[in-house]
Order: sequence, then structure tokens, then C-alpha cells
Amino acid sequence: MNQPTVVDLRHVSKSYSSGSKTTEVLQNLSLAILRGEFVTVVGASGCGKSTLLQLIAGLEQPSSGTIDTKAKIAFMFQDANLLPWLTVRQNISLALRLAGVAKTDWAVRVQELIDKVRLTGWEEARPHELSGGMRHRVALARCLAQGAEIVLMDEPLGALDAMTRDHLHEEIERISREAQLTVVFVTHNMREAVRLGDRVILMASAPGRILHEEKVALVRPRVMDSPEVASLAAKLTGLLKAAGSYEKN
Amino acid sequence: MKRTKSKTTLSGVWQVLWPKLLAIVIVVLIWEGVYWLGLRPSFVLPSPGETFRTLVAELATPRLWSAMATTLGRAIVGFSIAAVIGTALGLAVSSWRTLRLAVGSLITGLQTMPSIAWFPFAILLFGLSEQAIFFVIVLGATPSIANGLISGIDHVPPAYRKLGQVLGARGFALYRHIIFPASLPAYVSGLTQGWAFAWRSLMAGELLVIIASKPSLGETLEFARQFSNAPLLLATMIVILILGMLVDGLFSMLARQVRRRRGLLAE
Repeated sequence: MNQPTVVDLRHVSKSYSSGSKTTEVLQNLSLAILRGEFVTVVGASGCGKSTLLQLIAGLEQPSSGTIDTKAKIAFMFQDANLLPWLTVRQNISLALRLAGVAKTDWAVRVQELIDKVRLTGWEEARPHELSGGMRHRVALARCLAQGAEIVLMDEPLGALDAMTRDHLHEEIERISREAQLTVVFVTHNMREAVRLGDRVILMASAPGRILHEEKVALVRPRVMDSPEVASLAAKLTGLLKAAGSYEKN
Repeated sequence: MKRTKSKTTLSGVWQVLWPKLLAIVIVVLIWEGVYWLGLRPSFVLPSPGETFRTLVAELATPRLWSAMATTLGRAIVGFSIAAVIGTALGLAVSSWRTLRLAVGSLITGLQTMPSIAWFPFAILLFGLSEQAIFFVIVLGATPSIANGLISGIDHVPPAYRKLGQVLGARGFALYRHIIFPASLPAYVSGLTQGWAFAWRSLMAGELLVIIASKPSLGETLEFARQFSNAPLLLATMIVILILGMLVDGLFSMLARQVRRRRGLLAE
């Protein structure tokens, strides 16, 4: 892939202090993500995957090292994190409003996004009236409404059933390709990482660091339960296990 | 279909209404029983029948309506001032740590102070005037409203704040779109409690501060006591109770609406 780098992390470390105790969460992490790339990050719970995303998003500051981002960033949370007092339409239009989009364009743009995530007819529903999968679709539409080129996804599908998750994999893949997004997708599910990623980053724990990077050459569309995906996932899991950084999920 | 829907609505209204009606019937029966026992003379404790006849007669005259208008007007003005001050104070205290350290516990302390204790000071400051009544209403209601908002803001889930940050909401926009709506249920609870304090303060004030040419419910109570007109006294108390319940019902409706919109009410 001959694309410019849009996220560049160099020698990034992150520590938290509590009283006299300092915990190093990330250690000397360097990573370059290219425009349009779909990068998946896998590791055991507590290995610093979410911290990595928060650092890229600017929600946290690194203790040392530099982070350079060259495009606008949107963030998709572990739970959809929709605002319960707003309808689907209002949740999405809030993102447009805060992104500075002219009010006259909101209605058309929101409808486009709702259609894109296949929620037509649910515009006036409130979050509690939607299923888990539908809430994540709204969260995805809200990310797109921000007009960001980079989307950070923090285990967004972890709590969903297998069928809904498969549907959303297809949606995320389709939408990120159509909108030419750069995606950093954190998961603890190795098959999901192989299913979605152009590149899989394996992270070791305590302190969090990059253990291995794997370019995924499998043709798309991929299926999570296909022998090719399963075989590569097993190989990568073996690497994590060998490093003592894998919990069976 | 329409008929089924209206039947369902009527049935719903009846479901809500019958326990209240039963409670009223029980209270009236107990009252009637105490009256018949003759524990107190009838000019001190009149029968429910005589009290309700007085109430109906008073409702047919402009005096009671005028008193209700004065009292409700004072309640609305006093509560509105308290809502503005309480909201501003709540926002300020929850935003500035130093201010919270300075006055946070003072607000809670003021909330526990009986409003009637303020009246001697209020009368010294403003004389026997409406300002004295408003002063005590505002002091009575403001701490509850401010504390409701402070508690609401303190309990905004960190995930919402993070979302606001990610969406680019800063300063006023963060409060307008995320923090204030997220704290609305607690704020409405604070307003409801503030109303109760305002109403109590007002009644205490109207008993103490009687202004000529401005008949009020408190003043009616005081005159009924002075002239030993027990049926009028009890009828006025019933009016005060009903008005308080009606406004409380409006706040409950508002709170239910807020909760329903968030999916926090069982259908």
C-alpha cells in the first residue's frame, strides 16, 4: 500500500501514578498507520489497547514520545454511548452541529447517514427502543457525521451476539471502504482481528508493547469461520501464548 | 379500535384514581368518627359536612379565588427567582472547585434550616412586606434546586463527558448538549423539592406577614383562627393541600416524562 502515514506514534510510553506507585501501561510503542488502512489491535485484557486508542484520539497525553495525527479523528466506544435523551436523528445531527456543518445541511446529511447504516424508518426512535446492533449502527453513523478520516473503534462489537456481529463486520467493512476511512479497531477476538484487518498488531501485556505485526493477505470478503481466517488466527494466538500474553476469551 | 383505546384510557385513569379516592374516603370517615365521639367541641373541630359546605360557599365568592391568586402568584414569582439563582449557583459550584470548597457544605446546611427561622431577620430587613416573604421563599427553595443540579452534574457518566470531548463539545456547548441534559433527572428532583420548600416558606410567611388589601390563603387561615371560624380554617387548609398536590403532580409528570424519554420507566 503506497499511502501517506496519517497516524504516527514514536516511542510512546504511558504511565499512571497513584501515590508512590507508578504503573507503566504502554512502553516505547512505535506505530505508523497509513491512509485508508484497516488496522486491528489484539491483546489480552489490560494490555493497554484502549489506552493506545485514547492517546491517538487525544483523550490522554503520552508520558513520553510523540503522536502525530494528520486527519480528523472520530471515536466509536465499547458500548454505543448514544445520548438517551435524543432520538436517532438527533444523536447524529448533534455530531454534525458540533462539527460545524451548516444547519441547512443537517436534515439531508442525517438522512443520508441513516440510509447508509440501514436504519431508515428508525429516525425518531430513542436508544432504548433499539437493539444492541442498531445502537452500534447509530454510533457508526455518528462517527461518519463528524467528517473524520480516521475512526478509532474500541471493542465496539464485544457485547453483541455472533449473528449481529457478523452483519456489523460487513457494514463496517463496506462503509470504511466507501468512505475511504482509516480504521484502528481494537478487539480481544483474534478471528475478528484477522477477519477485518489489513494488518494485525499483537500487543503484549505488563507493560503494553507491540509484540508482532502481521499483514493479512487473505482476499476479501472474509468469513470469520473460514479455514483461512481460523488458521491465521491460530498462528497469531500461538505467538501471543508463547509470549505469555494471552487469556482465553 | 377507537372505542377500545378510550376504554383502555378510562380503565387506566380509574386504576390511578381509585386508591386516591379510597384514601380520601378513609380520612373523611376517621374525621367523621372523631367528630361523633365529641372529643372536642364542634366550634373547634367541625364535621366534614360543615367544612365542605363552607368550602363550596367560599368557592362561590371572589374572596377565596382572590386569596388563591395572590398566594399562587407569590409562589410562582418566589420559586422562579429561586430557580434562576439555584441554577446559576449549582452550575457555578459544580464548575469551580474552590467555590465548592467554600460554599458546598453551606448550601446543604441552608437546606436543613427551617424557613420560619429566617422570618424575624426578613421582617427586620424588609418590614412587613412582600419582599420579606419572597426573601424567605428564595432562601428556602434555592439550596434544594442548587443541590439537585450539583448532584446531577456530579453523576454525569464519564462516558458522556468523553463523548462530548470526542465530538468537539467544549465549554458552553459541552454543558448545553451533554452535561445539562444528562443531569436533568436530578435537576427536576431538585426543582420538585425546591417547590415544596417554597410552598412551606410561603405559608409560614403569609401567617406572619399580613398585608392589608392583599388577601391570601395564609391570611385567611390566620383570620379564621382569630375569629374561631374552624370550618373556614379547615376549608382553607384543604385548598392549600389541593393546590400543593396539583403543583407536585405537575412536577411528577415532568419527572416521568424525562424518565420515559430515557427508557427509565417500565411501560
